[in-house]
Amino acid sequence: MEVGKVKRVAGPVVMATGLKSSMYDLVLVGEEGLMSEVIGISGNKHVIQVYEDTGGVRPGEPVKETGAPLVAQLGPGVLTSIYDGIQRPLTKLAEMSGDFISRGLFVDGIDHKKKWEFKPIVKKGDVVKPGQTIGEVQEQLLVKHKIMVPPKSKGGTVKEVYSGNFTVDETVLVLDDGTKLTMMQKWPVRQARPVVQKLAPTIPLRTGQRVVDGFFSLAKGGTAAIPGGFGTGKTVMQQTLSKWADVDIVIYVGCGERGNEMADLLHEFPELVDPRTGRPLMERSIVYANTSNMPVAAREASIYTGMTTAEYYRDMGYDCMMTADSTSRWAEAMRELGSRLEEMPGEEGYPAYLGARLADFYERAGRAEVMAGGQGSVSIVGAVSPPGGDFTEPVTQNTLRMVKVFWALDSKLTQRRHFPSINWLDSYSLYDQTLEPWFVENVSPDWNKNKRRAMAILQENAELEEIVMLVGSDALPEDQQITLEVARMIINFWLAQSAFHPVDTFCPYKKQFDLLAAILKYRDYAFEGLQKGMSVDQVKSVPSKDALAKVRLEAEYEPILAKVMAQMDAEFKALK
Amino acid sequence: MTKEYKTITEISGPLIFVEKTEPVGYNELVEIRTHGELKRGQVLDTSDEIVVIQVFEGTGGLSKETSVSFTGDVIKMPLSPAIVGRVLSGSGRPRDGGPEIVPEVLRDIAGAAINPSSREKPRAFIQTGISTIDGTNTLVRGQKLPIFSGAGLPHNDVALQIARQAKALGEAESFAVIFCAMGITNEEAQHFLADFERTGALERAVVFLNLADDPAVERILTPRLGLTTAEYLAFDLDMHVLIIYTDMTNYCESLRQMGAAREEVPGRRGYPGYMYTDLAIQYERAGIIRGKKGSITQFPILTMPGDDITHPIPDLSGYITEGQIIVSRELHRKGIYPPIDIRPSLSRLMNSGIGKGHTREDHRAVSDQLYAYYAEGNDLRGLAAIVGKEALSERDKLVLEFADKFERRFVNQGRDEDRSIFETLQIGWDLLADLPEAMLTRVDDKFIKQYHPKYAGTAKK
Repeated sequence: MEVGKVKRVAGPVVMATGLKSSMYDLVLVGEEGLMSEVIGISGNKHVIQVYEDTGGVRPGEPVKETGAPLVAQLGPGVLTSIYDGIQRPLTKLAEMSGDFISRGLFVDGIDHKKKWEFKPIVKKGDVVKPGQTIGEVQEQLLVKHKIMVPPKSKGGTVKEVYSGNFTVDETVLVLDDGTKLTMMQKWPVRQARPVVQKLAPTIPLRTGQRVVDGFFSLAKGGTAAIPGGFGTGKTVMQQTLSKWADVDIVIYVGCGERGNEMADLLHEFPELVDPRTGRPLMERSIVYANTSNMPVAAREASIYTGMTTAEYYRDMGYDCMMTADSTSRWAEAMRELGSRLEEMPGEEGYPAYLGARLADFYERAGRAEVMAGGQGSVSIVGAVSPPGGDFTEPVTQNTLRMVKVFWALDSKLTQRRHFPSINWLDSYSLYDQTLEPWFVENVSPDWNKNKRRAMAILQENAELEEIVMLVGSDALPEDQQITLEVARMIINFWLAQSAFHPVDTFCPYKKQFDLLAAILKYRDYAFEGLQKGMSVDQVKSVPSKDALAKVRLEAEYEPILAKVMAQMDAEFKALK
Repeated sequence: MTKEYKTITEISGPLIFVEKTEPVGYNELVEIRTHGELKRGQVLDTSDEIVVIQVFEGTGGLSKETSVSFTGDVIKMPLSPAIVGRVLSGSGRPRDGGPEIVPEVLRDIAGAAINPSSREKPRAFIQTGISTIDGTNTLVRGQKLPIFSGAGLPHNDVALQIARQAKALGEAESFAVIFCAMGITNEEAQHFLADFERTGALERAVVFLNLADDPAVERILTPRLGLTTAEYLAFDLDMHVLIIYTDMTNYCESLRQMGAAREEVPGRRGYPGYMYTDLAIQYERAGIIRGKKGSITQFPILTMPGDDITHPIPDLSGYITEGQIIVSRELHRKGIYPPIDIRPSLSRLMNSGIGKGHTREDHRAVSDQLYAYYAEGNDLRGLAAIVGKEALSERDKLVLEFADKFERRFVNQGRDEDRSIFETLQIGWDLLADLPEAMLTRVDDKFIKQYHPKYAGTAKK
């Protein structure tokens, strides 16, 4: 390995000479061996960004090459880990350097001493292809970790295969060309892992939240953005998604956020219980915590490190969901490094490649046919924190161009204690059409029709409310008064959902559909009634209408709903 | 080993460029001697031939003949328990005529990041004696809660009152106040010092003073010195430290000035692109470490230029700190002290520090209810101005009246009035009692039965 020399130090950016490293190769700077990455080459000089504080580094100190880019270590033991932005386990760092993170620490991403029981599923003489599964490890009680041939290797005929307990460094399989495979892969974080082919987003990602599934659904492998302004209920939303989304693996990347908030998350996340299995949610989660005061270059890398681990589990055929909180802080890290490199800035000082980087990142999401056979997916929920709440700023704008779903969290709804605080007028999902066939086949042919009817009512409601503010609701025509009432029912009986109610916290598709259909049915009865000469008050005061409000709190709701609807039918008949 | 150089090639604003032969480390401390005076500086950019140095005490009086020596070490703060009670300059030198600090330890002022997995979740209630903070925007130990204010508002008085009155409920623990002044006027500084002396607070305080006429570059050092001292007191000496710095706006101006001097590519409004990270490095040095007794709570004060909360300084601060206390010009004009507007104010850690076991079980409900009607009452003021009070419904009139009373009785209090949290909640209940019970929709019936003045005395049985 070549050893170069530091020529210049300015903040996290170092210039060095005498290196042969390629772009994005990892190098170790200075006597302390600070982890760094090559981000530019000009003439005989390498431009290097350092992941740690550079105080005290002087010209003339050595720069050691590693000959490889920043890689993530992938293998059994990744799950349940809490990492910093460059995949160093935080608890290991604390063991080594105490409560404050010191410099020049090099820690493996996964434990190299622990032994795992490897059960091969191929035998001597089998031909294995790149990406193919060669064996399994029970990584967690409910998660099988598939050991795969690294996607960029050649594959070949199995010469030897072992079973039993091994560390991730020990050989578990030998190919006829002498290649030895272990249970660990290393993958450069900035490179997307290959798949056989990407698939269209035709399967919804079920969250059990009516406003999400019913109105603004996310597809498996889809991308969504949430604005993370002050007090919008972002944290509750993320926790609810982590708990209820029908994905196998949850990856949370805390990128440039508050230390105390991370502490809260790190205390609470391990205590969350997976409601479907009763096991700790942490057993199928990976957390990256790179707070705002940790080195900025590591913050920039954290998004890629998180993505790489997500892709790795996708390659095993799992559905993964990655939450990036917040992509604005990530973009700011790019801006900061860009300005240190004296690059010509684009909009608001962000580098001109901001849009391209965001696009690259969101493009790594998707549902795919994986090399191990079968399908897997990575869905992304990215938080954006627009400065001053201004949605026209570059990060938000570039993000909205890429993502297909926008959940507009609304602090006004939070203040009114309406949860989930997703604004139904400003949010959108572009998966409406691609997901419709699935809903038609699996829930009801009327799924999209009812959704559109309900949305139209809410839209009309918003317009009417402005008039009501001026003249009061009594001055409206009768049919419009009913529209207001129906909108209120949709908002309070259907869109609002309690995360703390044991039944209401999760609402299956069928129930979502039936409840909404019932409210729309009430609307039909009411309009019919008006035409037959009933008064607004009569129509509004049928007891069955209020009974409808409670149905969502019932687990076995179907007979109760049927009873309520029968009662409604009778009441309207009686009103004539 | 330190060599002296007389090779300054350029002096530009607060920066000097020096040619040298030995390698010099980034961030290294530099000593500059001119006319018998010692100035200090820090290396901002180092390469084989030339070093860029920012001079903390200003470049006035420097010439090409000035001698520059590199100490071979980054800037370190000398610390010992004797530092408590001292008044130091913005660069950490005695300003009270006392001796230099004899160090027990020397600490790098850059400060390392606390490992997130070693942090303890802040949850201990701090009583400041101010109703608008304790009642509706509760402060907890280990929090960083800035005061966003404007020019000409009494934020300094609020800060002083907090420094005087802040305490944990029912515990006598060792605590200290660190006060970092950055670019404030001599008059303001006198005001602070006089108050510290009057109340005896100086005995448990460390004061760092960088005044308006002190070099701007020195301000970049001041919070770092203060926070390094805070970490020493909190995590070595087990003290609960409250650190107040004023005014963060001046600090950011200095950052901008340095950026401009270095001809960096500017970000929003000319502030450097790394301002978010720089502020985060200061603000994030608050918190509690698991297994340690002490804590660091921060009260940064910043004046919003033009009262504009979307200005980069308050905006970036708001994304790092755990909420904000907003001082309102409107309330100040009405003669209300402290003029804290609770509507845009927020404490993000409030929930973990209130309720049963911390303050009282009805705290959240009372706060929500006060909040809701004060916000509604404020909206109604606009309406009443258009249609007249008479045109309002009976309910709306009550709410409007509530908002006025809320400002006069709950928000308004004396500069030396130290209200306990129970007094604060009592005032809240008294105000709510003027509304019909049916209007208290945010409060559980069982709390109404127990705490509503109407039932006072009956619930105890």
